[in-house]
Amino acid sequence: MTLTQLPALQVILPLIAAPVCLLLRSGRLAWLLSILVSTTALIIAVLLLRLVLENGTISYTYGGWAAPWGIEYRVDIASAFVLAIVAGISTVVLLFSRVGASWEIKSSEQSLFYTAYLLCLTGLLGMTATGDAFNLFVFLEISSLSSYVLIAMGPDRRGLTAAYQYLIMGTIGATFILIAVGLLYMITGTLNMTDLANRLPALAQSRTLRVAFAFLTVGLGLKLALFPLHLWLPNAYTYAPHVVSAFLAATATKVAVYVLLRFMYGVFGSSFAFDSMPLQFILMVLGALAVLSGSTVAVFQHNIKRMLGYSSVAQIGYMILGLSLASVSGLTATLVHLLNHALMKGGLFLAVACMAYQLGSTRLADLAGAGQRMPWTSAAFVVGGLSLIGIPLTAGFISKWMLVVAVLETGWWPLLIVIVAGSLLAVVYIWRVIEMIYFRSAATADGPAQEAHWSLLAPVWLLIAANIYFGIDTQWSVDVAQLAAQLLFGVHA
Amino acid sequence: MDMFALYNYWVVIFLMMTGFYVVIASGNLVKKIIGLNLFQASVFILYISMGKVSGGAAPILRETVQTYSNPLPHVLILTAIVVGVATTALGLALVVRIKEAYGTTEEDEIHSQDESL
Amino acid sequence: MRDNPVLRVVTKITIPIILLFSLYVQFHGDYGPGGGFQAGVIFAAAFILYALVFGTQAVRIVVSPSILRLLTASGLLLFAGVGTVTMLLGGHYLDYDTLAQNPLLGQHLGIFLVELGVGITVAAVMITVFLAFAGRRD
Repeated sequence: MTLTQLPALQVILPLIAAPVCLLLRSGRLAWLLSILVSTTALIIAVLLLRLVLENGTISYTYGGWAAPWGIEYRVDIASAFVLAIVAGISTVVLLFSRVGASWEIKSSEQSLFYTAYLLCLTGLLGMTATGDAFNLFVFLEISSLSSYVLIAMGPDRRGLTAAYQYLIMGTIGATFILIAVGLLYMITGTLNMTDLANRLPALAQSRTLRVAFAFLTVGLGLKLALFPLHLWLPNAYTYAPHVVSAFLAATATKVAVYVLLRFMYGVFGSSFAFDSMPLQFILMVLGALAVLSGSTVAVFQHNIKRMLGYSSVAQIGYMILGLSLASVSGLTATLVHLLNHALMKGGLFLAVACMAYQLGSTRLADLAGAGQRMPWTSAAFVVGGLSLIGIPLTAGFISKWMLVVAVLETGWWPLLIVIVAGSLLAVVYIWRVIEMIYFRSAATADGPAQEAHWSLLAPVWLLIAANIYFGIDTQWSVDVAQLAAQLLFGVHA
Repeated sequence: MDMFALYNYWVVIFLMMTGFYVVIASGNLVKKIIGLNLFQASVFILYISMGKVSGGAAPILRETVQTYSNPLPHVLILTAIVVGVATTALGLALVVRIKEAYGTTEEDEIHSQDESL
Repeated sequence: MRDNPVLRVVTKITIPIILLFSLYVQFHGDYGPGGGFQAGVIFAAAFILYALVFGTQAVRIVVSPSILRLLTASGLLLFAGVGTVTMLLGGHYLDYDTLAQNPLLGQHLGIFLVELGVGITVAAVMITVFLAFAGRRD
């Protein structure tokens, strides 16, 4: 097994580990296998990133059939970047879930939990690495189906209705993507993304192409929770088990954003997507509405996980704004925010999980006085919140800054108001939580709540410290994102 | 009129819109899943009908046949059917659990039970 | 339904035919319509017919849920294992040419094993799903 097999191993290892987890009866052993596989996937992703930065795009053909007849995995800088994000978040959340999953998941279901988790990881990694449009649909459905299962595993019965609503909307989205792939196959005769990119410019006037483009955008919009197709997200994040919320909030929608920009820039090409189709106008308006409405609704929430869910809708709006600018700097801002938001939301959801385990609830009113009793966890939440607002020295500031630079460069001045308004609204809802944690006293003077166990705090602080690190040293985030954006732009003029 | 020569695509559109309408407008959770199945069935028909080569036989290797229909859409649809079956099974499992937890499978009754929380 | 003699006898006659047909569909996927998924579903249909007529307890005696879990996992592991073996033999993942002396034989063997894995998993999953739904008290 040499370095050439890495793209396949990236996806195959979690896929093989999933049925092995199914066979293991003990939750402990299942956790051990999952963390081993996730760490290996992280190592492979980092290796792939280094290889791709040195040598250029890696191509791997399955079954020995050459592309475009066979299924091809194409790992370029953007793919490797997202692979590293997904594998990294998965490993940190698994570190957390050694204790976390045993708090939330019934012991008879723990090995099933890890099976579904590994299948979700397989799906997300496969979606990112693949270079074949139908293979993308298959891995999309693998990750979606396993995330429905993960969301429904929580103790609250509203998790079941949330998972059902997500299932209906997600399947409609995936079927739209299937229609789009079918229409693309109908007019070009190929499913390979590079081959599609070569053949599509000749067909730019075809009505079928426009319909396929529309179906693809709407289908992916459902998956990445673009306003107004975000209705499944707040319920799904609120009622899922806390580790599942952290994992899905930090990875699932990011991979969908990556797939959108892969198709818009790498397959259809920015000249078709932005000149022939009114994509820029639509995405810009929807992105701005997402930022404003998501942040506004988040201010009025009583449940902290629901608040973070609406905040995620707003942050996805930022990413879509960057995408809609149709410039290298806009695309760089989107990719940087992919990484930073994953770190932010992962850390925030895990911190909330720590608080929920000790205090028994995620309602804002029940968190009163947590600052005294759980100082480290509360501090982690504060730093994560500052990153969400975009205070300098945090990762959130870097992404907001890159977005502002991109907006100024392309001349869309009104968007500055949207970005600043979003940050101000974030100040409001983060301040509500900080006030409740630090400036209110607890209802019972000394309850059973105490600081979270170190094995729960370590992953939280790992992600929060990464926030601060990527806010100061941007070599691995901004420079890589810039190279990725230039590559995506250069693929198709 | 060559609109009717493309009758297979009209069938696809009819099924797609019917299925989509059932998913959106129906209040019963099981009926939503039925609508989803209709919607997915229309996509299968779209793929298969676009794979047909005029004058082509079924894509099974035989001595006497010169032209075959395109076998690739058939394979794609097999995968999509399996995905559809898995989604239906998962959806129905969720409906069974919801019925046990809430006592009903009507969406508005579930909403009112949740709102009273 | 257990008490109806016609159903009992007809079921006992047709179940072996159904199982045989599913095996035919499984192994003739190369030469006609068929393959792993279809065969798995037909195989499971035989067990489901048995459960419908004789009750889910009877099926649980024939094939227990733990056996089904083992079969689900091992079918998928067979599929993934074939791919891993081809990687170890020097080709890419699922490059069946490496499995035997000449590529044609390798392709036949590869597809055979892979479809077998799919068939086993699908049959086990279908029976599991049916038993999970039918076994609940309402």
